[in-house]
Amino acid sequence: MLGTTIILAFRAINRHKLRSFLTTLGIIIGVAAVVTMVTLGNGATAAVREQISSLGANVLQLRPGQGFGRGGGGPRPPDFKEADLTAIQNQLTGVRAVAPLVQSSGTAIYEGNNWSTTVYGTTSAYSEVQQWKVADGRLFMPEEEEAGKPVCIIGNTVRTNLFQNNDPLGKRMRIKGVSCQVIGVLSTRGQGGFGDQDDVVVMPIRFVQRRFTGDRDVSQIMVAVDDAYDTATVQASLEELMRERRKIKPGTEDNFNVFDTKQISDTLTGTTTILTQIVGAVAAISLLVGGIGIMNIMLVSVTERTREIGIRLAIGAVAREVLMQFLVEAIVLSCLGGLIGLLLALVASIAIAPLMQVPFLFDVKVNLIAFLFSAAIGVVFGYFPARRAAALNPIDALRHE
Amino acid sequence: MADNPIISLRGVTKIYGEGPTAFQALKGIDLDIEQGDFVAVMGPSGSGKSTTMNILGCLDVPSGGAFLFKGRHVEALDRDQRALLRRRYLGFVFQGFNLLSRTTALENVELPLLYRGEDKKTRYDMGMAALDKVGLKPWWDHTPAELSGGQQQRVAIARAIVTQPDVLLADEPTGNLDSERSIEIMELLTDLNRNSGITVLMVTHEPDMAAFARTIVHFKDGLVERVDAGASA
Repeated sequence: MLGTTIILAFRAINRHKLRSFLTTLGIIIGVAAVVTMVTLGNGATAAVREQISSLGANVLQLRPGQGFGRGGGGPRPPDFKEADLTAIQNQLTGVRAVAPLVQSSGTAIYEGNNWSTTVYGTTSAYSEVQQWKVADGRLFMPEEEEAGKPVCIIGNTVRTNLFQNNDPLGKRMRIKGVSCQVIGVLSTRGQGGFGDQDDVVVMPIRFVQRRFTGDRDVSQIMVAVDDAYDTATVQASLEELMRERRKIKPGTEDNFNVFDTKQISDTLTGTTTILTQIVGAVAAISLLVGGIGIMNIMLVSVTERTREIGIRLAIGAVAREVLMQFLVEAIVLSCLGGLIGLLLALVASIAIAPLMQVPFLFDVKVNLIAFLFSAAIGVVFGYFPARRAAALNPIDALRHE
Repeated sequence: MADNPIISLRGVTKIYGEGPTAFQALKGIDLDIEQGDFVAVMGPSGSGKSTTMNILGCLDVPSGGAFLFKGRHVEALDRDQRALLRRRYLGFVFQGFNLLSRTTALENVELPLLYRGEDKKTRYDMGMAALDKVGLKPWWDHTPAELSGGQQQRVAIARAIVTQPDVLLADEPTGNLDSERSIEIMELLTDLNRNSGITVLMVTHEPDMAAFARTIVHFKDGLVERVDAGASA
């Protein structure tokens, strides 16, 4: 009997193709919107997580100032010194590697090619802290670090823009007006939330301090925590050590801050997840509106097809069969709408994901839920018109003009 | 056979509405219809013939009295039981054809078989056989809009007889047709009555059409006025 009812439903839908399409348009748009939003949202979350993990797993970032930025008024908190680095290395347990960082920006030039980029001054420990390997060439030698020799390791973007297809190793390029020799090329990391991660030139910190920043300060220290140790414990002892070293009196606030990359990761992914949920919820409202659209058309359809219902009742359809016919029609419509919506969402997600620079992640669960939801809308909003159809009196229905 | 009519009405009344506005459409109908009969029901508007047809067609129930169909008390059946009775034993032909639009002749004819749960092959075979019987086999894939009035009524008759019913109820089947088509339809009904043994109950205004019947029942003011033998008796 259900098979018969489904045949009847398809026939009825087939008889009114345009109207059926318009009826289900609300569902199509609703499902497509929800699934696209959630798919892209999931992609964004994954992208954020990916970018954060590119900062290095279990890395504590030590910066001057409170919280993000350098704080509001008051004197600028002092940067760190090289001695802080040594102290962290020698006095803290659970530290895998420590790397200092100073930043500068400038133009790199090679044989008439210009490229504006960021210069990181650090040590070879940077590679270990960031788990960022040199693809070609080598890291700094201890004596190069010690003396602040003009050598540099370049990111892939810099390599492409300055050297095109030529081998950059051993070549001399100019950075902010100073000549330096390329000794290595970093492996490719790709786009991140903080811009192109491969657009970087890494140089010995002493060189950057001497030639670019002009002092011996270290603006940031990155501490990689040994996997065997608890990050929170190491963070606590790091904070304690720094308070001591920076002579902060008990009761006063830190003039530095420690970021746990994992914590940032959790916060940011949490934020994107909430955003996804909100956008998804807004889109879900359009699904509801789509459902009301189906009910509206089904009610009109019942009125318009009163005579048809009369014929069916006269030739022996029982009330339940008429109810089922209209109910199944609504469900078939909304399911078809759901399927088309899913297809549309798939196309839209694949098309939009690269524009938003997020990965396309097909989420079976979201697709399934959206489909089941559209089917449920068919049941809920199809029931009322179907019941009205089934309750018709065959004599009156046959007389209906 | 005479002592075992297929349809038997005893003191059937029908009252529409309640209280002072109530209208008594039927005031006590007694009527027996034998199996295989061809009955024409005549009478002016408001005489109760349509109400009687609705009751005979199991579409409506009497307010009082008894309606026995094949010995069963229809007045005691509920809505769905009556629907199953219609499905099993009755066929309907209407004045306005009442075919499903945008639906082929065959699909229209197959409709009652769908509700009987027949499979695709059986539906096709029986549907085509019924269309053949009304002479419309070559038109099986035409929609009502592509058929003339006479052809549409033939499709409707095919739909009514496809389930091989015991009784065919026709409500002014020629009311929307010219006289030539009307006679064709009447000849078709007569043929079905004679050769397929289907009992035919037909409401008509036209004495010419009633002349095809074997029995003519005249209604007046909610009562059976008289029962005549038709021209073909």
